[in-house]
Amino acid sequence: MSSVSSKYVKYILSKPMMGAGGKTGTWRVHRPVIDAEKCIKCGLCWLYCPENAIDWLEDKTVAVDYDYCKGCGICSDVCPVRAITMVKEGVI
Amino acid sequence: MVTINELHKYGRTKLIMPGTAACPGCPLQLGMRYLAMALDGKFAMVIPAGCSSVIPGTAPYTAFTVPTMHVPFASSPAVASGLRRALRIRGVDGPVVVWAGDGASADIGFASLSGAAYRNEDIIYILADNEAYMNTGIQASGTTPPKAWTTTSPRGKTEGRKDVSLIMIMHNVPYVATASIAYPMDFIDKVRRAASIRGFKFIHLHAPCPPGWKFPDNYTVRVARLAVETGMWILWEYNQGKLTISPPSIPYKDKGKRKPIEEYLKLQGRFSHLTKEDIEEIKAGVDRQWDLILKLTEIYR
Amino acid sequence: MVGDHAVAEAVKLARVNVISAYPITPQTLIVERLSEMVERGELKADFIRVESEFSALASVYGAAAAGARAFTATSSHGLFYMYEMLWWAAASRLPLVMAVVTRTLGPPWNIHDEHTDILAIRDSGWIIGMASDVQEVFDMTLTAFKLSEDERVLLPVAIGLDGFILSHTTEPLYIPSQEDVDSWLPPRNPKVPYVIEPGGEPVTLGNLPRMDVYHELHRAYMDEAMDKAKNVLHEVYSEYGKLTGRYYEPLVECYRCSDAKYVAVTMGAWSGDAKVAVDELRDGGYPVGLIRIRYIRPFPDEELATYINGVRGIVVFDRDYSAGFGGVLAGELMGLVPSNVSFKGVIAGLGGVDVSPSDFRDVIVNFINDVERDGYLRVRKWWYIPSVNGGD
Repeated sequence: MSSVSSKYVKYILSKPMMGAGGKTGTWRVHRPVIDAEKCIKCGLCWLYCPENAIDWLEDKTVAVDYDYCKGCGICSDVCPVRAITMVKEGVI
Repeated sequence: MVTINELHKYGRTKLIMPGTAACPGCPLQLGMRYLAMALDGKFAMVIPAGCSSVIPGTAPYTAFTVPTMHVPFASSPAVASGLRRALRIRGVDGPVVVWAGDGASADIGFASLSGAAYRNEDIIYILADNEAYMNTGIQASGTTPPKAWTTTSPRGKTEGRKDVSLIMIMHNVPYVATASIAYPMDFIDKVRRAASIRGFKFIHLHAPCPPGWKFPDNYTVRVARLAVETGMWILWEYNQGKLTISPPSIPYKDKGKRKPIEEYLKLQGRFSHLTKEDIEEIKAGVDRQWDLILKLTEIYR
Repeated sequence: MVGDHAVAEAVKLARVNVISAYPITPQTLIVERLSEMVERGELKADFIRVESEFSALASVYGAAAAGARAFTATSSHGLFYMYEMLWWAAASRLPLVMAVVTRTLGPPWNIHDEHTDILAIRDSGWIIGMASDVQEVFDMTLTAFKLSEDERVLLPVAIGLDGFILSHTTEPLYIPSQEDVDSWLPPRNPKVPYVIEPGGEPVTLGNLPRMDVYHELHRAYMDEAMDKAKNVLHEVYSEYGKLTGRYYEPLVECYRCSDAKYVAVTMGAWSGDAKVAVDELRDGGYPVGLIRIRYIRPFPDEELATYINGVRGIVVFDRDYSAGFGGVLAGELMGLVPSNVSFKGVIAGLGGVDVSPSDFRDVIVNFINDVERDGYLRVRKWWYIPSVNGGD
C-alpha cells in the first residue's frame, strides 16, 4: 500500500481510451451496411454519428468501426441518397 | 459558416473516443464531438452530474481526450470560475468549457450559474438540454416542455419552461446563443465565435433524447431538425448587444413556412397523450415565443 | 490584531493566488481585510465575489485543480452549506486551506461561539486544527499551506478559531517577514498532484470507477495520507520553529500534564481559561494538568495515549454537542481511556455561554473529589449549564 503508485491509481484519475464504456459493438441489434456504389462521399454519416464510429477517409469514402458502432441508425436516417441500410445482426 | 469540407480534417480524429456508455443515438455525445472539433481539441472541461458524467465510461479510462473535471451537481459554474481565474494567474491560456445538463443549469445549479454569469466569468457555458433529468431516469426539469410526459409528470408537465437563455441575456453577458445538434455547422460557428470573446458565453444546445422523449434511436437528428423546422426551437444569437435569428431559423420567421407542429410532436412518445386542445396551446406558445424573440431582435439591434 | 485579521495576514504572506469567500458573521473581517489587501495591491490575488458558500468552496476547488494556491473562510451555516463540496474537495486530493470561525448553529439564530460546526466536518477528509490564541491562529494558518501541499499529504486543511473570542479580539501578534516566509514556503507546484489545464495532460478526475474496489483503495490511500500528515506536522512545526522562534507541540499540547494525576482536555480558545484554572489548582495542591488538542484530524491517538498514561482521571470539556450522543471529543477520547481510569465528559459553553477559569476550576475540583471519594467514575456526558438569574 505504501509503495508509491502512479497518480492514476492513487487519485483514480482517468486517461483517454477507446472503448472506455466497453466493446459497444456488442450492443448492436442492427448494423449499418453501406452501399459503396450509391455513396456520394458527402460525409454526413460521419458528421452525425454520435459514437464517432464512422471514419471519413482521405478519399472521402466512409468506413464503419463495427467494434464500437451501436447500431443506432442515425447514419442511415441522414444519408441523402439512402446508401446505408440497417440490417439485423445475424442475418447474412 | 464553417463547411463540412473544412471539417474533413477531423475525418479520422477521435477527439471524443468511440465506445462510450451513452445510449445509442445519444445527442450529448454528438454535441460533444462538435464542441471538440470547434475548439480543435484544446480546452478543459468541467462537467456536473448528469448523463455526461457517465457517458465517458469508467475510470481509469475515459472517452474524453481533454482535461476534464467531473464535479458535484450544483457546482460547475463556480468550479469553472475558479479554474479559469487560476489558469489566467498562472499564464495558461485556452478555453474552459462547462458542459452541463438542464438539471445542473436550470435547477440545482441555477444560483451558481447566475453568479458566474453576473460576474462575467471568462468561460464558455454549454447547456446541453435534453429537457429532463435523464441520467436519473427521465424526471421533469425546469426545461421540460409543458405537457410532456416524464416519470415525475406522468400525466404531462403542468409547469411551463424556464427560458434559461433569455435569463442569461438579462445578466448582461457578452454572448448568448441557442443551437441544435441537427445544425452542427451553426453550433460550431457559435462555439468558435464565443471562444473569441472574453467574458461569459452561454450556448443553449437542443439535444433530443431517444429514451427520454420516446422516439427510435435513429431519429435523434430528425427530431432536432423538426424542432427548428416547426419553429418550436428557435436558433438565435445575441452577440455583444445585437440579437439576430441564425440562418437555419430565418425561413421560419414566416409562420406560414413552419412545418406543422404535429410532425414534431407525433414522433415523440412523451407527447402521445396530447389532446387537440393541448396541441393548440402548444402552437400558441410557439407563436408567443417567436413574437418575443422577434421583438427582442428589434430591441437589440 | 484581531484573529480574523491575523488570518488575512497569513494568507497574504503565503502569497495565495485565488480567494473566494462568502461573508458570514464572525468571519466577515477576514473577507473584508483580504479584499482591501487585494484592491490595494498588497496581495496579488484574484478575489471572487461569489453568491454562496457552496460556490466559494467550489471556486477555490477549481482554482486548486488549476494549480493555484487557494483559500476560503466560513462559519457554521456557511460551512454546512458547502458540506457536499467539502467531501468532494478532500477526496480529490487537492491542497486547500480554509479558516473556520466557529459559531453556533440555529435555530435560534446565534452568532456566538461553539465548536459544533467545525467538528461536524471531521469525517470529511479535511485536516482540522484549532487555535487557542491570535498568534496561534496566524501560525496555524500559515503552516496549513505547507502541510496541505506536501506530496505526502495532499489533503485540504481547516483551521478553526473561536468566533468573537479570537476572531474579534485584539492580541499582540508577531509576524515573520515576507522574505522569511518565501524562503520557507515556495510557490505551489501546480503539477502536484495533477493539473487541469487546456492543452495539458488529458487527465480526467472523477468518472465512475470500473470496479468498486478502486473506490475503497482510494479511501485507503487517503487514510495513509492522514497518517503521514502526523509526521509532516512534526516536520512543518519544527521548521517553523526554527524560522520564527515559536515552537509548538504539533498535534497535542501537554500543559503541566507530565506529572499530573488528573488531566482536563480542551480544544480552542477556552484552553487559556482552563490553563489559568490548572495553575490555580496546582497552587492549591491538586496534581492537575491540561491536554490541549491542536489537531483533531488526523486523530492524535498516540500523543493522547502517551499523555493519558498513568493518570487517575480525565475530564474532557466539549464546547459542542452531538445530539443523542454527547460531546464529540469525549466520545472520541473515551476509547483511548483504560477501563480502570475515571472519565467524565462535560458539555459546556454551548451557544457561546461564557466559561471562566473559576467554572473550569469548580468542575475539575468536583470531578477530583468525586473520584477520590468513590474510587471510580465514568460519565460520558454531563451538562454544565449556569443557572439563569431570576428565572426557573
